[in-house]
Amino acid sequence: MSVELLNFIETVLNGLMSGVMYSLVALGFVLIFKASGVFNFAQGVFALFAALTLVGYQTGQVPFAHLINELFGTNYHNWYASMPNFLAIILTMVTMIALAWIIERLVLKHLVNQDPIILFMATIGLAFALEGVGDLMWGSDVKVLDVGIPSGGSVWLEEATIGLAAEGSDYYGMYIDVLNVWATVIAVILVITLALFSQYTKTGRALRAVADDHQAALSVGISLRTIWILVWAISGFIAMVAGIMWGTESGVQFSLSLIALKALPVLILGGFTSIPGAIIGGLLIGVGEKLAEIYIGGYFETGALENWFAYVMALVFLLFRPQGLFGDKIIERV
Amino acid sequence: MLYKETGQYKSTYKSDHAIFPLIQDKIAFSTLMFIAFLIIPFVINSYWEKAILVPFLIFSLAAIGLNILTGYCGQVSLGTGGFMAVGAFSTYKIMTYFPDLNIMIIVLISGLITAAVGILFGLPSLRIKGFYLAVATLASQFFLVWLFNKVPWFYNYSDTGQITVSERLMFGIPVTGATAPPYATYLFCLILVVLLGFAAKNLIRSKMGRSWMAIRDMDIAAEIIGVPPLKTKLSAFAISSFYIGVAGALYFAVFLGAIEVTESFDIMTISFPVLFMIIIGGLGSMLGSFLGAAFIVTLPIGLKFIMVDLVGLSAVTAKHFEITIWGLLMIIFLIVEPHGLARLWSIAKEKLRRWPFPY
Repeated sequence: MSVELLNFIETVLNGLMSGVMYSLVALGFVLIFKASGVFNFAQGVFALFAALTLVGYQTGQVPFAHLINELFGTNYHNWYASMPNFLAIILTMVTMIALAWIIERLVLKHLVNQDPIILFMATIGLAFALEGVGDLMWGSDVKVLDVGIPSGGSVWLEEATIGLAAEGSDYYGMYIDVLNVWATVIAVILVITLALFSQYTKTGRALRAVADDHQAALSVGISLRTIWILVWAISGFIAMVAGIMWGTESGVQFSLSLIALKALPVLILGGFTSIPGAIIGGLLIGVGEKLAEIYIGGYFETGALENWFAYVMALVFLLFRPQGLFGDKIIERV
Repeated sequence: MLYKETGQYKSTYKSDHAIFPLIQDKIAFSTLMFIAFLIIPFVINSYWEKAILVPFLIFSLAAIGLNILTGYCGQVSLGTGGFMAVGAFSTYKIMTYFPDLNIMIIVLISGLITAAVGILFGLPSLRIKGFYLAVATLASQFFLVWLFNKVPWFYNYSDTGQITVSERLMFGIPVTGATAPPYATYLFCLILVVLLGFAAKNLIRSKMGRSWMAIRDMDIAAEIIGVPPLKTKLSAFAISSFYIGVAGALYFAVFLGAIEVTESFDIMTISFPVLFMIIIGGLGSMLGSFLGAAFIVTLPIGLKFIMVDLVGLSAVTAKHFEITIWGLLMIIFLIVEPHGLARLWSIAKEKLRRWPFPY
């Protein structure tokens, strides 16, 4: 095989894997949008908040330590030195479920029947509030998140692929981050679990019923509020997984919340209402971005296309399919 | 008692269609204009100018622009920062190419250039709607900011990537640059805001404004009764972008003086705050644009005063608090009064009519 072809394959593989990361975030959006019709802009901040909380539990930080110390002149820092990963993850999950409950109680309950745009704005407010609370609780410094997922380039793959190139060519093997492989595996498990859950459990069926038709679901005795809390909790859980992955890769910091902006083109590409759409959209955007960076990016001497390329790509798709690839067909009546 | 329309008869259509049909409104508005034009310029100092008045005026313009698009025409846009950047960079480029051109003309031309860019990015709105469109407008935000950041021609190949304004005079008084006196920059912005504000108010009352609202309320029905969607949507994008472009030009030339595009026109510093302004102020309300701008501009100052000076928190913690409170306020506003401050004002007017004998 020629070096160009090998490079191409490497790029596509890496693109697919970063696409999985986008899909993880987009999945949270889609779940909430389907079940409650809310376009939850705070999904990215959810991921940040979950990652911050996880690190906080792991290292035993006292919540609101900065604030308490500044107000009362005390000097609290840590409860304990460390906590097992497993326990910390469970506790974070509990926190995210509590958060979902609080959000339903304090925000969503009062905004039933409002315009979608109002709900959207409310989630932007939520994003700001949650970001501020996260910073107040755990401090805004960049934190290292390590839950024992290996990372770094895969030596095995590098050695396995180095022989594929033609004899004597200048090729050093493929570089693939092990973390991304793990992320892919975890994402696949997550999606399969979700699919099984929504297909074969009673709650899962109720979930799908609500996504299908709110009023019909209400009339057969499904509690909308329970379902909403459940959906937000599941999204919180997905956000936690995404937060762990992204946090391990680049540290837990404010920029983590911007992955929401990365996931938006995935959403409009795949369609707001489709779970397969979120996954395939994520993969397409991931691959497209990486390919564009290498094959088009060269023409602009400045590079860094990735900020907007995904959007333009999604936009082009939209011009042909205004509801995204897999979204519900938009039927308008007067 | 104080605010009643009883006894104010209208005998011509013209007086019936006046912007301020009531004498009380006329008095209130004239007083406001009197204070704004004839008192504030004499008492203004640099703190009031830089911290409150000039940003308020500039963001009012941006809010009017976004309100035309989102509030009146129903097309949600998250690309305000990108369009303001277009205004700022056109001003900069025109300034360098035509050193003798009057600053007022430069600012208006920048608005026109932004309008052209707005039409371009408005084209997808003919195909896509709602959230899909909102996300699509993010494309313009990211693309434009990237463009101004990465193509050196736009910042004249300067090493820092910053653009800096040079001094320009109006009637012999500098209005841009470091030496501009506070009253000059303030009056320059005020004149533009008053003129463009009246223009917008009248546009909204015209055929064009009514067709925007028809498209907003139900686009298919509007099309059936003969409102052309192409022309209407694109005109909304053009005029909205014109206002936002002028605001961007002022933001750069008069307010900041030197900018770096990724910081100054970020989605978090411009696009969302301007959207908050029109939501908090009131979608589809001119008054709301001003109230929202005033609220968002003064809120951080007030919060900072309370938390840093009164409670004694460090600046970083206060910043976190500010973000939290900002978010919470948004949510509370949307829950309590989704129609914004403008609605509160009209409720207050209703109450004033019957005061002090409510029934």
